[in-house]
Amino acid sequence: MTNPSAERSWPLWEVFTQPADGAPHEHAGSVHATDAEHALQNARDVYARRNEAVSLWVVPSAAITASTPEDMGPFFDPANDKAYRHPQFYKVPKGVKVF
Amino acid sequence: MNPTPTVAEDPSRLAEFEARIAADGTIEPKDWMPARYRSQLIRMMSQHAHSEVVGMLPEGNWITRAPSLRRKMILLAKVQDEGGHGLYIYCGTETLGVDRQELVQQLLDGKAKYSSIFNYPTLSWADMGAIGWLVDGAAIVNQTMLAKASYGPYARAMVRICKEENFHKRQGYEIMATLANGTPAQKAMAQESLNRWWWPSLMMFGPHDKDSSNSDELMRWGIKRKSNDELRQRFINLTIAQVKAINLTVPDPDLRYNEATGDWETGPIDWDEFWRVVKGNGPCNKERLAARRAAHAGGAWVREAALAHAEKQQ
Repeated sequence: MTNPSAERSWPLWEVFTQPADGAPHEHAGSVHATDAEHALQNARDVYARRNEAVSLWVVPSAAITASTPEDMGPFFDPANDKAYRHPQFYKVPKGVKVF
Repeated sequence: MNPTPTVAEDPSRLAEFEARIAADGTIEPKDWMPARYRSQLIRMMSQHAHSEVVGMLPEGNWITRAPSLRRKMILLAKVQDEGGHGLYIYCGTETLGVDRQELVQQLLDGKAKYSSIFNYPTLSWADMGAIGWLVDGAAIVNQTMLAKASYGPYARAMVRICKEENFHKRQGYEIMATLANGTPAQKAMAQESLNRWWWPSLMMFGPHDKDSSNSDELMRWGIKRKSNDELRQRFINLTIAQVKAINLTVPDPDLRYNEATGDWETGPIDWDEFWRVVKGNGPCNKERLAARRAAHAGGAWVREAALAHAEKQQ
C-alpha cells in the first residue's frame, strides 16, 4: 500500500461552461486532473451531467491571473468620474418620447 | 468548546468584514476574512463534502438488487450525483487554501465528521425510498438555506446541488408511494422503513439551538441563516403532509398540530442516540470508514498511473 502522505495530488483546473449556443462561458468550479484531456472528461462528468453545457473550457488554475480585492478601489476607479460614458448623462429635449 | 485558538484580528478589518456580512455581501476566496471564519468554513464544508461521499455507501448497497432496470438506472444516477456533490464542495473548500487530499486523509483517519445519518444500515429496498424522500428532503431544507451563505463558493455549490437533489427527493417519494399503494407486504415494508428513518432524519438538523455550540457564530457570520430548530420545524411541516398523502404514519405517538403556530410538534428526540452515533458508535460507523479506506487504497494505483501517463506525454 502507498504511503498516503507521500501521494502527489493531481493538478487543479478551473472549469468554464457555456450553457447554450451563443452564451458566454462562465466559471463553474474546478476539478483535479492529470492533463488537459483528463480535465475535460472530469469537467464533463462533474459539471455537465444534465446538459448544462454545450462547450467546456479547462484552464490550469495556476495560469489564471486575477485582480486582488485590495486593488478594487484604485484599480477600477478611473471609471468613476466618467459619467459621460452612460446615456443617462445626456438630456433629450422635451417632446421626444421615444429616442 | 472552541477548538481553534482565538487569533487577535485587526479590529478595523474585522469591523469592515462584519459590516459587509450585515449588508448581505458575499465573501470571495481572495477577500480578507477572520481566521475563525476560514476555519469554521473549512470544518463545515469538508464535513459536508465527506457526507456526500460517505452517503454513496448506504445506497450503493442496493444498486445490484434494484427491483427493475428503471429503478437501477435512477439509483446509479443518484449515487453518481452524490459523488459529484462531494467534488463540488471539496473544490469550494479548496478555495480556502486547504488541499483536498488533506481533507480526504482526515476522513480516512477518522478525524473528520460526516453526517451521522449515513451510519444507519439500509435493510430493505424501501430504504432507498426513505433515504431519497427524507434524507435528501432534509438535506434540501438545509442546503436551500446554505445557498444564501455569505461565502460565495459554498453558496454557489449549494445552488447547483439543490437543483439536483430535487430529483433525488422525488424519486425517493415515488418509491415510497408505490410501495404504500402496493400489496400489504409492500406497504408494511414502506412503513417499517419510515419507522426507522424518521427520527434519524430529524436529528440531521443537529442539536436543539440551546445545545448547538457552533450555531451563534455561524449565524453571526451569515454562513447559516436559520437555526437548527427552525430548519427542523420547516422539514417536519413539509413532510407530515407527504406522509399522510401516502397513508403512512410517523412513529411518534406525541405528534400534534398546534393550531396557534401552524406547526406540527413532535415528541422528544432521543439525543442520547444522536450523540452515540456522532461519537462513532452507530450501527455502521466502522463499516463505512472501512469501505472508504478500502476504496481509497484500492484506487491508489489508478491515481498514480494517471499521473505517470500524463508525465510521459509531456
